[in-house]
Amino acid sequence: MNVNIVLCGVGGQGTVLASKLLAAAAMDRGLPVKTAETIGMAQRGGSVFSHVRIGEGVSSPLIGRGRADLIIAFEPAEAVRQLPFLKPEGTVVVATRPIVPASALTGGPAYELDAIMTYLEDKVEHLVLVDADAAARDLGSSKCLNVVLLGAAVRSGVLSLTTEDVAKAIKRLVPERFQDLNARALAYAECEP
Amino acid sequence: MHTEFLMGNEAIALGALAAGVNVVAGYPGTPSTEVLETVAKRKEGNVYVEWSVNEKAAMEVAAGAAYAGARALVTCKQVGLNVASDPLMSLEYLGVKGGMVVLVADDPGPISSQTEQDTRTFAQFSKVPCLDPSGVQEAYEMVQEAFELSERIGSPVFLRPTTRVDHGYEAIEVAEQDEWLVRQPEGFVKDSSRWVIFPRLSVVNHAKIEARNASLSDEFSASPRNFVLPGAGECARKGIATHGISYTYVSDNLDEACLPRVLRVGTPFPFPERLAVEFLQGLDEVLCVEELDPVIERALIAVCGRHGLTTKIRGKLTGDVQPSGENTVESVGEAIARFLGKEVPQPQPSDAPQLPVRPPVLCAGCPHRASFYAVKKAMGKRKTIYCGDIGCYTLGNAQPLDMVDTCLCMGAGINIAQGVFHVEPDTACFAFVGDSTFFASGITGVVNAFYNQANLTVVILDNSTTAMTGHQPHPGTGRTMMGEVVQKVSIEAILRAIGLTTVETVNPLDHELAVETVRRVADEPGVKAIIFKSPCVVLARPQATSKVDASACIGCQRCIRELGCPALALRDGKAVIDETQCSGCTLCEQVCPVGAISGGERL
Ligand SMILES: Cc1ncc(C[n+]2csc(CCOP(=O)(O)OP(=O)(O)O)c2C)c(N)n1
Ligand code: SF4
Ligand code: SF4
Repeated sequence: MNVNIVLCGVGGQGTVLASKLLAAAAMDRGLPVKTAETIGMAQRGGSVFSHVRIGEGVSSPLIGRGRADLIIAFEPAEAVRQLPFLKPEGTVVVATRPIVPASALTGGPAYELDAIMTYLEDKVEHLVLVDADAAARDLGSSKCLNVVLLGAAVRSGVLSLTTEDVAKAIKRLVPERFQDLNARALAYAECEP
Repeated sequence: MHTEFLMGNEAIALGALAAGVNVVAGYPGTPSTEVLETVAKRKEGNVYVEWSVNEKAAMEVAAGAAYAGARALVTCKQVGLNVASDPLMSLEYLGVKGGMVVLVADDPGPISSQTEQDTRTFAQFSKVPCLDPSGVQEAYEMVQEAFELSERIGSPVFLRPTTRVDHGYEAIEVAEQDEWLVRQPEGFVKDSSRWVIFPRLSVVNHAKIEARNASLSDEFSASPRNFVLPGAGECARKGIATHGISYTYVSDNLDEACLPRVLRVGTPFPFPERLAVEFLQGLDEVLCVEELDPVIERALIAVCGRHGLTTKIRGKLTGDVQPSGENTVESVGEAIARFLGKEVPQPQPSDAPQLPVRPPVLCAGCPHRASFYAVKKAMGKRKTIYCGDIGCYTLGNAQPLDMVDTCLCMGAGINIAQGVFHVEPDTACFAFVGDSTFFASGITGVVNAFYNQANLTVVILDNSTTAMTGHQPHPGTGRTMMGEVVQKVSIEAILRAIGLTTVETVNPLDHELAVETVRRVADEPGVKAIIFKSPCVVLARPQATSKVDASACIGCQRCIRELGCPALALRDGKAVIDETQCSGCTLCEQVCPVGAISGGERL
């Protein structure tokens, strides 16, 4: 049995830390983990992804198309870009705040948010929307979106991890001065219905 | 032993430390960079580590250390090996005393590189033995084996992971620090018959190398790094030969019902021929699943020829595996399905809505944006060529800046500009070069231009770091990987020493002054230089942000269209600034025709 998770977003959004927290939480549970990260040029505002594979029977660190149980998307267009990785009955947790690239304003393909959201609602059986703007407002920072999303992902029940597992990983991996913010970010997901 | 969750590159670093490495030298390059950085972070005792000025220097520093009996590690990316190939080709003829491992990270895709070259092929060319890991644990073990092998045969040895091994993470078993080997190098022992290369010595050593590699091929056939997994069921007369990360893609695509025999090659050079013959016995067909060059495929074809085997060898050369690009779980799955005569999943036509494209961009507030914009404004409609180079500033090619007309390899831009000048002397030739690139391979280009009477403007984009590869120090920063603060090497002093009389240093974020300087300098004869000096914002972390006064903004969108700063967007017909991204660099403030933007602070 294994669980395959794709995290995706835009370079600089914190996908790498999120995948590290997931991996650490799973390892604390005694589960084998493999992950793969985008590192390099794409981190300068390009599309980035992490693959996290938890459990037995995993050979490659990368997930094949149509084989992910869960996509955690930091941004709606990136959720659509990675959707081919999702299993037919898979879950998508997505932050609804779009990040519009400069290219969309200087002659490149436009960012059609409505079409993108409609497509996600049509295609994804288990879609969890996270209002990133509201979270940033309530928590007083947009820097902990990754942990807000992890909280929502844990609650979706796909992960066989608890918020306590993730909280322990945060304690170990996140610098002291961000501990409080991240603890609130994780709990934020829990008090939202 | 204990368990750590490590990136492949971190595992290689820890493996080298466990093997008692004494000297580590490299030049940054994705996907190799974290190896040397991890050595610097985790080393104990008197391990020496440096970012060398380029890969050739790194190779030579490591060779000297290995001459003196030390264990030495070189780290670079695949194209870095091209820069270091001159010393390495000769070094193989002389050999080493201490173990010397050359870590070269290949990059199928390519994801962050100019080429899809294969270090396994380079191993054949240079005759240097090569190990090719499939995962993080294996990379950790292989680097230690590589040191032992190198010392035993007296030759450098390649370790060549690819991106997905370098940047994959796994929990692996690693040695405790007190289990690390501690080695005291013997020191350099004078012997000019050994360490001075001459044609006479080369021909003698060449024969020895060929004999050694023949016997290594035999030895490798018995090594656990090369193995055969038995087939089963109706596919048992078919085989798959693979290597590296592709081996894991193969594993994830096999099912018990129809299992072909599998050969996994961990030592592509010298090729384990005897094992290959055993693998081929009784097989009708073999599919070679490889990334980059068809190294195993060609070797198996040769083995079949030499041993009179009739097994059909398929792969890249027969069009059964994609000839270029990165393999994926599904591309390998499809190739295997076709090979085994199973149903191949048809790709569904996508009904997804149009998505925005996200080419990598210069950060909000990047000083390179201001430099390019200043030159663009200064030169207007004049006939120009903008030769670019490699670094974050290559991204100046994108719209709306569009300020990079050429980019070839590190340091090339300055020389390419000269070539253009000699053909069309009426073009105003510019060469943009980053500070790290200038030290790595830009200086000789300026000497060439000056001596050979070219006419061009060298623009040095000095952001006080090697940004593209993750902010490594370089000779202009005055910091070393040993943690020392040392005297900086001055770019301006170098340029003046070459003979340039016009060398102007300007802050590119002072837009008016920058434009005026470019106009003036570009019109001077001969070789002249402008140093645009302003720190990379990722390191400087400025605290200010600029804001648009919506009531003053006339919606002309000049700031957005001229600069392409990712912090600038349009909302309800007015410019808005994303304060989570804006660094307050003030460039847009200086561009706005009605002064609607304010609040930034120029660094
Ligand atoms: C021969 C070679 N070695 C290493 C690299 C990897 N690499 C890409 S850009 C770069 C350095 C860029 O630094 P700098 O010139 O200071 O520009 P910046 O990124 O800071 O703008 C390096 C080392 C390469 N492409 N080629
Ligand atoms: S000041 Fe203007 S140009 Fe500079 S980072 Fe902010 S929005 Fe971009
Ligand atoms: S990392 Fe530094 S040099 Fe590179 S784009 Fe960002 S600001 Fe510019």
